Amino acid sequence: MRNVTLILDDGSRFSGKSFGYEKPVAGEVVFNTAMTGYPESLTDPSYAGQLMTLTYPLVGNYGVPPFTFAENGLPTFMESEKIHAEAIIVSDYSERYNHWNAVESLADWLKREQVPGITGIDTRELTKVLREHGVMMGKIVFDDEIENGELTIDNYGDINYVDRVSCKDIIVYAGNESRTFSVDTPKEELNSQLSIVNCQLKKVLLVDCGVKANIIRCLLKRNVEVIRVPWDYDFNGLDFDGLFISNGPGDPDTCDAAVQNIRKAMQNEKLPIFGICMGNQLLSKAGGAKIYKLKYGHRSHNQPVRMVGTERCFITSQNHGYAVDNNTLGTDWEPLFINMNDGSNEGIRHKRNPWFSAQFHPEAASGPTDTEFLFDEFVKLI
Amino acid sequence: MKENIKKVLLLGSGALKIGEAGEFDYSGSQALKALKEEGIETVLINPNIATVQTSEGVADKIYFLPVTPYFVEKVIDKERPDGVLLSFGGQTALNCGVALYKEGVFEKYGTRVLGTPVQAIMDTEDRELFVKKLDEIDVKTIKSEACENIEQARRAAKDLGYPVIIRAAYALGGLGSGFCDNEEELNVLAEKAFSFSPQVLVEKSLKGWKEVEYEVVRDRFDNCITVCNMENFDPLGIHTGESIVIAPSQTLTNSEYHKLRELAIRIIRHIGIVGECNVQYAFDPESEDYRVIEVNARLSRSSALASKATGYPLAFVAAKLGLGYGLFDLKNSVTKTTSAFFEPALDYVVCKIPRWDLGKFHGVDRELGSSMKSVGEVMAIGRTFEEAIQKGLRMIGQGMHGFVENKELVISDIDKALREPTDKRIFVISKAMRAGYTVDQIHELTKIDKWFLYKLENIMETSKELHEWGNNHIQLSELPKELLYQAKRQGFSDFQVARAIGWQGDMEDGILAVRQYRKSVGIVPVVKQIDTLAAEYPAQTNYLYLTYSGTANDIHYLGDHKSIVVLGSGAYRIGSSVEFDWCGVQALNTIRKEGYRSVMINYNPETVSTDYDMCDRLYFDELTFERVMDILDLENPHGVIVSTGGQIPNNLAMRLDGQKVNILGTSAKSIDNAEDRDKFSAMLDRIGVDQPEWSALTSMDDINAFIQKVGFPVLVRPSYVLSGAAMNVCSNQEELERFLQLAANVSKKHPVVVSQFIEHAKEVEMDAVAQNGEIVAYAISEHIEFAGVHSGDATIQFPPQKLYVETVRRIKRISRQIAKELNISGPFNIQFLARDNDIKVIECNLRASRSFPFVSKVLKINFIELATKVMLGLPVEKPEKNLFDLDYVGIKASQFSFNRLQKADPVLGVDMASTGEVGCIGEDTSCAILKSMLSVGYRIPEKNILLSTGAARQKVDMLQAAKALKKKGYNLYATGGTSKFLTENGIENTRVYWPSEEGHPQALEMLHKKEIDMVVNIPRDLSVGELTNGYKIRRAAIDLNIPLITNARLASAFINAFCSMTIDDIAIKSWDEYK
Repeated sequence: MRNVTLILDDGSRFSGKSFGYEKPVAGEVVFNTAMTGYPESLTDPSYAGQLMTLTYPLVGNYGVPPFTFAENGLPTFMESEKIHAEAIIVSDYSERYNHWNAVESLADWLKREQVPGITGIDTRELTKVLREHGVMMGKIVFDDEIENGELTIDNYGDINYVDRVSCKDIIVYAGNESRTFSVDTPKEELNSQLSIVNCQLKKVLLVDCGVKANIIRCLLKRNVEVIRVPWDYDFNGLDFDGLFISNGPGDPDTCDAAVQNIRKAMQNEKLPIFGICMGNQLLSKAGGAKIYKLKYGHRSHNQPVRMVGTERCFITSQNHGYAVDNNTLGTDWEPLFINMNDGSNEGIRHKRNPWFSAQFHPEAASGPTDTEFLFDEFVKLI
Repeated sequence: MKENIKKVLLLGSGALKIGEAGEFDYSGSQALKALKEEGIETVLINPNIATVQTSEGVADKIYFLPVTPYFVEKVIDKERPDGVLLSFGGQTALNCGVALYKEGVFEKYGTRVLGTPVQAIMDTEDRELFVKKLDEIDVKTIKSEACENIEQARRAAKDLGYPVIIRAAYALGGLGSGFCDNEEELNVLAEKAFSFSPQVLVEKSLKGWKEVEYEVVRDRFDNCITVCNMENFDPLGIHTGESIVIAPSQTLTNSEYHKLRELAIRIIRHIGIVGECNVQYAFDPESEDYRVIEVNARLSRSSALASKATGYPLAFVAAKLGLGYGLFDLKNSVTKTTSAFFEPALDYVVCKIPRWDLGKFHGVDRELGSSMKSVGEVMAIGRTFEEAIQKGLRMIGQGMHGFVENKELVISDIDKALREPTDKRIFVISKAMRAGYTVDQIHELTKIDKWFLYKLENIMETSKELHEWGNNHIQLSELPKELLYQAKRQGFSDFQVARAIGWQGDMEDGILAVRQYRKSVGIVPVVKQIDTLAAEYPAQTNYLYLTYSGTANDIHYLGDHKSIVVLGSGAYRIGSSVEFDWCGVQALNTIRKEGYRSVMINYNPETVSTDYDMCDRLYFDELTFERVMDILDLENPHGVIVSTGGQIPNNLAMRLDGQKVNILGTSAKSIDNAEDRDKFSAMLDRIGVDQPEWSALTSMDDINAFIQKVGFPVLVRPSYVLSGAAMNVCSNQEELERFLQLAANVSKKHPVVVSQFIEHAKEVEMDAVAQNGEIVAYAISEHIEFAGVHSGDATIQFPPQKLYVETVRRIKRISRQIAKELNISGPFNIQFLARDNDIKVIECNLRASRSFPFVSKVLKINFIELATKVMLGLPVEKPEKNLFDLDYVGIKASQFSFNRLQKADPVLGVDMASTGEVGCIGEDTSCAILKSMLSVGYRIPEKNILLSTGAARQKVDMLQAAKALKKKGYNLYATGGTSKFLTENGIENTRVYWPSEEGHPQALEMLHKKEIDMVVNIPRDLSVGELTNGYKIRRAAIDLNIPLITNARLASAFINAFCSMTIDDIAIKSWDEYK
């Protein structure tokens, strides 16, 4: 294994060895404290542009499941069609794996998808540096080519990652089936086509900012039809019964087109709206609130949230670097969930209209499944 | 709810036994701390006097009484608590609580059961109710059939198909359970199980499945968390207490992990736990299929482990939830800022390894199964699996250096040894790998997940690389840094490295050379914190471990020499358990009080000393020379205390001293002078103190010459022993020769010592603290049994009631001489033999002994606090009070766990066999004896007693007791010789027959028919018991749960006690009422 160095923006250096694809790479260095779920996390589009540090040291133990797809085109075990993280940073990669459902090692997968992976890093120290300094840009370079390994690092906040990971077509899912339409298809034609897919099912329009497959699975499981559209597609004018705004990578301020479309949809006060993660931020922005960047984000499976005004608490899976500023919520809005560790916003709801969202991931995958009931609540509304 | 609770009763777990050990001292102590914080008055019932929870200031009222419904009701009647906590004292407390609930006692006195309702407990304890309950929520269980008799059990097994597993309902730690491959095995096991419980469960075996556990917490608002999950290295089929356990799980995918987590939460909600519970699963290695094995609706060994593995104080939180708090009300006790409602994220891996002491028992079955036999455990922390497991294998303290570079095991059939697990299996895997077995082959034989085996193979490969290098090189300084670093990251000790590269010469030098070399090339471990959140938030506590997988320390060392490092006692084992934890905790408390920074090094998850709240810095790490030096290099302490942790730290004294470490108190040289029998005996001769004749032996000729002089029996032992490891009485030439071969395996460096064995002598102990060679405080206690029973097994009386004044005077004088000669500063213990007024010294330890907590608590003078002050160089005053002022008596009685140790001969000798002890206080000997014997599980017999009282001398010893029994109206049954003797002495009895004799009634038959309420069986001599008549009777008594006594003096004392008073005569008095 070749020696590599992770160099952070503040000059900190961490030495390790490469076990993935051998290429230098740069991105925002973040840490995730989850102890399981590397296949899910790597394929989570929200990690686009980021070098993902896992604080749990032993990684790769159970290999990688087959990258198969269901009839409707959704991946069977993964969260999207490819790895989105720029690289994975671990302390002790397990070269040999064992699991009945594994078909390859993490290293082989990373190499196949041309994603670097490095091991032997003091990930705890790295995490502490990120915690104290805040997340930083960083790069992984190979020690034997450190001279010509100069990488230009774009500023994470300047890039519209959502645009990179969002779907390019309109995809309609119903049960085990799916159909794809061009975004140029006239809306009247689309509407008539959509009813043909399955006229009995309620329709959820899903704004894809980088949606995780399990969100779509959670909706389909509740017997609705999902119309997945690109993040900036103006869906107003399409026939649907509920609006869902997905998770996604990057700075929500780069997604103004989506916010405008959501605002338009909000003119119908009876339209149920549900957002997750980026969806929480975009709904908040549509409601007039402001977003700020957290020092080092929430990326873990153990974030406690409390439903405001109740004694109900939940352990949630999270992956976000930005948060909604509770103090900027309009008078018609109120926080729905609050993070019990740092008091940050974990969801909002409208005081009258059926609009709510969660900053965490009720669909889990990976992580705890305690809040999946939010999908029930949403589907009940439509 | 919480506002009207002013006084709470907590039930402890009593003596340590297999399946119920120190973890309940930890959970009880945490609960009491939680209550105290709320200003609630606390009452504790626990006869285990050596625990931390029964120390001054932990509970407001402490009763050293048996945790049985009778006594608990008496205490409730007297104290009238508002609430009671049942789930902090193991199965003992839980069973007692359920019985009291069923009798309506809590209702009668208006005492509320806090936390999990008793109905929920019963739902989890009764197998049938449990299955029904989980069926209601579609959770799969292992279907079993509850059987009331053996015919039903046979039919059920036939229906399910063999192999089946048998369990006794309501039994702790799998007592009376096991696997049966056929009906014959079922017959044997079922009978045993029925003797423990009226209900026996027969179920299909799922051997080979993974075993996974979750620790789940729920508050009364229905908020739930899973604090930790754990995976067994050994697949299903081996009791989880016997398994190597890894936290968090290593081989589960996200979907598997969360599937089981979701089920655990569904279960806890449905059952209605308020507090903590543990869910155990069997998990199919080939799919996501699962079965729930069991749910423990109480704090358990696993929950103590989970607390230590994660830093989440489960017992503390459970107690608060019992008072009515929500999880959202409580803070994370490590960060102090974030919520207690969260699930710890680990950034390290934890490995628990059981500690067995099967070598201590004659004839015991070494095979591991569904019933627990281990006596303790260790927890190792690392950032690679290899590091954690190698640390752990060293920690268990059985002479192993890790996974590799151990002394070669002698195994005739490796396949069989892999297939049929014993306490040595992990080392068999090592041997198999060395012999060329592939991971697939080993997996086939053991069903251990291949991932674990791959990791072990990594260690083996590194070992081979080191050997290879060693074969071609001589200069250590040429050892490639990369290779050395790889080995250290995989948990190789300096010793292992030295041995692997073929170090020539003394291994001590090899260790030092490797250490020096690796430090010179910058290979040193770093210190990391356990912070519950994987560095996401800063930790306010210093719960630490060392690892080679890292580049930076979490701790900023000030180098102010303000630290005092206390070395802990390691794994609980026979001869060293909770008493040394108490000593360690007292030392830490005193250090803190005196303004120093208290630092503990220990690795036993069952202890209070490894609670990060107890000290300023806790290093949860090895007590090897290498690791202690690593820590001292970082800490730069003012000094190190080696005398409160038993033999492990004591043994390090000389080597630490060699590195110029400041050992506080008695000097290392003095410690060595006392430990080295040769030097010690020479010293006694010099100061004119008598001792049994002894000789340091290096050849067989010497031995024979010596024995010619003193005659058999002789006591044979190597130096540096605790609890008589490899110590034995030899009665003839053949025994002697066989034993010497064994002993030679244990210690090479020190010669074997043979001493004259004096029979029918009293054994007396001196526990004391000295300063600069002058005794500051002392306690003299006497054994009830004659010498020959190990002091750890003996029943001890303090203050002594039957010693001559002259004997006491001489003992004091000799002790003063020894203290002066060794210039003792700190705790020490001397054991004496006394026959008439002839006093001989058997042994002297310049450290706290097993009886320090007992004498400290009976005398109400904290010997360790005094000793610690002495070691800190502070002035101390001699306490005003001494043992002759006491108007009461304390009795320390031993707890045996023979019922767990299949086939072991339950007979006592010079080798220690007890797993725990209690200490009770009474107005007189009888009262204290009765309390303490009832506390260790004896019952006052109802009517029939079986006597076989050994040799003539013991028969005479027992005569008075036999008369008393007869007078009290008991029916006496006696075997041949005893019957004749009794008849000759005019005591009416019925003769019964040995298994080898013809005639009726047969003793064994009577036992099986439950016609005998107590067995007194005194073995004829001290030789190793083979499968004799006596063994069969003793073993049957244990297997059928009939009280057994094997010592004439103890039997007499117990019989006199229950014949002279009844249980109702026992005063219900708390510790502070004895003034």
